[in-house]
Amino acid sequence: MVKKISIGVIGVQGAVSEHIASMKNALRETKANGEVFVIKHKDEINEIDAILFPGGESTTISKILYKSGFHDAISKRIKENTLPIMGTCAGCVILASDLKDTKKDVTLLSAINMQVQRNAFGRQRESFEKYIDIKGFTDPYNAVFIRAPVINKVWGNCKVLAKVNNRIIMVKQGNILALSFHPELTGDLRVHRYFIDML
Amino acid sequence: MKGLDVPKPRFGTVKIKKGFAKMQKGGVVMDVTNAEQACIAEDSGAIAVMALERVPADIRAQGGVARMADPSIIQEIMDAVSIPVMAKVRIGHFVEAQAIESLGVDMIDESEVLTPADPFYHIDKRKFTIPFVCGCRNLGEAVRRIWEGAAMIRTKGEAGTGNVIEAVRHQRMVTSMIKKLGDMDDKELLKLAEDFSQSYANSAETLTGRKVDESVPVFDDYTYGTIIKDILKILNEIKNVHQRLPVVNFAAGGIATPADAAIMMQLGSDGVFVGSGIFKSDNPKERAKAIVEAVANYNKPDVIAEVSKNLGDAMAGIEIDTIPKGQLLQERGW
Repeated sequence: MVKKISIGVIGVQGAVSEHIASMKNALRETKANGEVFVIKHKDEINEIDAILFPGGESTTISKILYKSGFHDAISKRIKENTLPIMGTCAGCVILASDLKDTKKDVTLLSAINMQVQRNAFGRQRESFEKYIDIKGFTDPYNAVFIRAPVINKVWGNCKVLAKVNNRIIMVKQGNILALSFHPELTGDLRVHRYFIDML
Repeated sequence: MKGLDVPKPRFGTVKIKKGFAKMQKGGVVMDVTNAEQACIAEDSGAIAVMALERVPADIRAQGGVARMADPSIIQEIMDAVSIPVMAKVRIGHFVEAQAIESLGVDMIDESEVLTPADPFYHIDKRKFTIPFVCGCRNLGEAVRRIWEGAAMIRTKGEAGTGNVIEAVRHQRMVTSMIKKLGDMDDKELLKLAEDFSQSYANSAETLTGRKVDESVPVFDDYTYGTIIKDILKILNEIKNVHQRLPVVNFAAGGIATPADAAIMMQLGSDGVFVGSGIFKSDNPKERAKAIVEAVANYNKPDVIAEVSKNLGDAMAGIEIDTIPKGQLLQERGW
């Protein structure tokens, strides 16, 4: 990583400032030459080298992205294979190729060969935090699941990195990383650092 | 792992509750009274819906005691949408809160829109697995609710009026007080923490007929001294770490137009609740969408102008001065 990397956090809704803070700290820790900022408009998509897709409500985020043309702009760069992405929770949902429920209220980016099931653990009452093992991490990671989705199945070159209760919750395909939990809500920067290492 | 051989999931932790609130940021929560309205809200891009029996404007018009909604209405709404569902309980009515939690609602609003149930205490929100949102008019109310375990704070505004002035007042009151903290020394902060804790002592003194000192329990088992110390800690965190409320802060109470929503965002709110403003207007579907767009683009005047076009009449609205003093909802709770 020689040139300075610009990481854009999609800032339409959800835990945006938390991801900015975590990514800034991760860049500092890894001594990577990079900057991170919020992007809200499709014109900004060509100024960045990587995208961070935060959690929030997948239906809300998807609607705003689609209506503003942001969705198509991201989709174009995914097809050109020039845009590393990390998606968490709602971001993970939008990166999927298929949804388990039939409600077509989210427009998917089809960036990863996976089918996602929303609110797979239940409602907020069933939300939890738990130490999980992530492939390539030496120590367990405290993962925070909030009305979280799971990855129901994967195919092709999509690799599974972590499971909880035997359900897939973190995958990687090429330069795209998706996870159903919230690394931005803990001080543990290993997931953000993992993404920086992918760049 | 340090001794944790089999990691167990932990539910309802502070991180999980505050985390839920963080996921709502930049969104619009809409009041709905049936499944059809809930679907309109979801299709419009609402971040969550508030399940109610009557919207605040109707509660205001009809008078009488306003209680939690019929659970069958809440259940119907939960079954209709995939976004989070919130529901209101009366201030201090912890049994309504227990019942609502058992339904599986995602967040409880301990709300002044309903008739308060306890003249002495708000609910101890730490005892619940699901998170709470509470209203405030100023920093003191906000800090007390946070101390009691609220994961989200909203302005009280004046619900059911379609008049944004009170929400603006409350947001500005909180912001200016937080700014003032920056200039306070330790002695002044302690004095403020004591002032903010005074209402707990007042309740205990009314109940016991005796003057309380710092060793006396005034809220469950929490002594007056403990509360002062905890509230001082929250004030110090606000002053030194956050320079804003330490939890997500929404606007509520009187928001009727896209521009109303956007002014609250520009004043520092993290998102908005729209109560009567949507389904008491001429064209709920279009207005709901417009308010969602306005919140996402709150600092883009051209977008606000565009989405404000041809929405039809907003809800009629009430001048605050014409409301008889005893009927101001914002004065409920302390």
